[in-house]
Amino acid sequence: MGLDKYGIAKRIAQEVKSGYYVNLGIGIPTLVANYIPPEKQVILQSENGLLGMGPFPEKGEEDPDMINAGKQTITALKGAALFDSAESFAMIRSGKINLTILGAMEVSDTGDIANWKIPGKMVKGMGGAMDLVASANNIIVAMQHKSKEGESKLLHACTLPLTGIKCVKKIVTDLAVLEVMQEGGFKLVERAPGVSVEEIKLATEGRLWVPEQVPEMVL
Amino acid sequence: MISKVVANADIAIADIPDNAILMVGGFGLSGIPENCISALLKKGVKGLTCISNNAGVADFGLGLLLQQHQIKKMISSYVGENEEFERQLLSGVLEVELIPQGTLAERIRAGGAGIPAFFTPAGVGTEVQEGKELREFNGKMYLMEHWLRSDFSLVKAWKGDTQGNLIYKGTSRNFNPMMAAAGKITIAEVEELVPAGELDANFIHTPGVYVHRIFQGAKYEKRIENRTTR
Repeated sequence: MGLDKYGIAKRIAQEVKSGYYVNLGIGIPTLVANYIPPEKQVILQSENGLLGMGPFPEKGEEDPDMINAGKQTITALKGAALFDSAESFAMIRSGKINLTILGAMEVSDTGDIANWKIPGKMVKGMGGAMDLVASANNIIVAMQHKSKEGESKLLHACTLPLTGIKCVKKIVTDLAVLEVMQEGGFKLVERAPGVSVEEIKLATEGRLWVPEQVPEMVL
Repeated sequence: MISKVVANADIAIADIPDNAILMVGGFGLSGIPENCISALLKKGVKGLTCISNNAGVADFGLGLLLQQHQIKKMISSYVGENEEFERQLLSGVLEVELIPQGTLAERIRAGGAGIPAFFTPAGVGTEVQEGKELREFNGKMYLMEHWLRSDFSLVKAWKGDTQGNLIYKGTSRNFNPMMAAAGKITIAEVEELVPAGELDANFIHTPGVYVHRIFQGAKYEKRIENRTTR
């Protein structure tokens, strides 16, 4: 039960407001672009040096000099701008990017996030994630509620090396939409279609606050 | 004025010694100095420290130098696409320093701009913070990072002129302009080398003052790492 990755992306797309500059991480966040309606004028930033990222190119039109942060071939929309990596992170650090959407391995109930390293197992590096989470005003995490091993990824405290502290505002999982409360704890905001509050409680290790009414997501 | 133009990559990199600190431009495989990397492979220099956002893939880019064990240390932000890299790292033959991407870019920019250190919020509260000075500005915590400079910076541009002025194309610009400025000696390879005066001065990305040697690359494979279409 619960949403698939496309469902998660579709729900997150509702959080994107017209006029936003948005940075999308690798994985589910990349899919969000497919569900932003064209009437919302949203400009996508790719941290390797592009504002105004467009869709993948048509077959035969791939350009090795036009890639996104996931090294995928992409296009630039009309009105796009190109720049170097220092400039790219200058706009990120100075808070010009309105919304950052990224994946996570763990999120704590105080808004800490871990998504770059599993000691002894995975040593890929943090890429731009630490810069993004340290500076973004508005961070939404897209992830599965539980790991493949069935462990909760919404914890009281992260167990993996941190990417950033007290930065996550909202989490959209296959089961629910949750907000990180100022005073700590996850607030259950919405349930995925057909998912009960009880299921979400069982899948959440961190402190969870459940209001009297928890509506179902409207997708 | 002594000409900056050299005939080819072999001549351009001829004096790079063992144990040199290099900056190598590019993001993924986009905007990497392919010809300089091939020349380093041929020359067989060893013990290199490479400052580069990524480490190429197993059989292209810096991955080629890794395969031949020419690199002693990598300073990068993301190295996920290279199994050879991961193998050498886990077995302890390769030293690696992972740095947040924006911090890496700014440390290189600072090196080229004569700024020895700066404060950034990236990494506060994480293991990146270890051993670094912390300071509060306007109620938020920042940590101090130092500039990075190289013995040789190897950059790749789309077009260049005989004065060393450079223009990049698309997202292949990435780390190249900052690295060009941060090199004690900067070697630029370009797809097209033109006489001074042919590039519009309004659209120069890297002014020639930063470039010591320039040549037109013999050939460019420009491999695509992750080909995606609609």
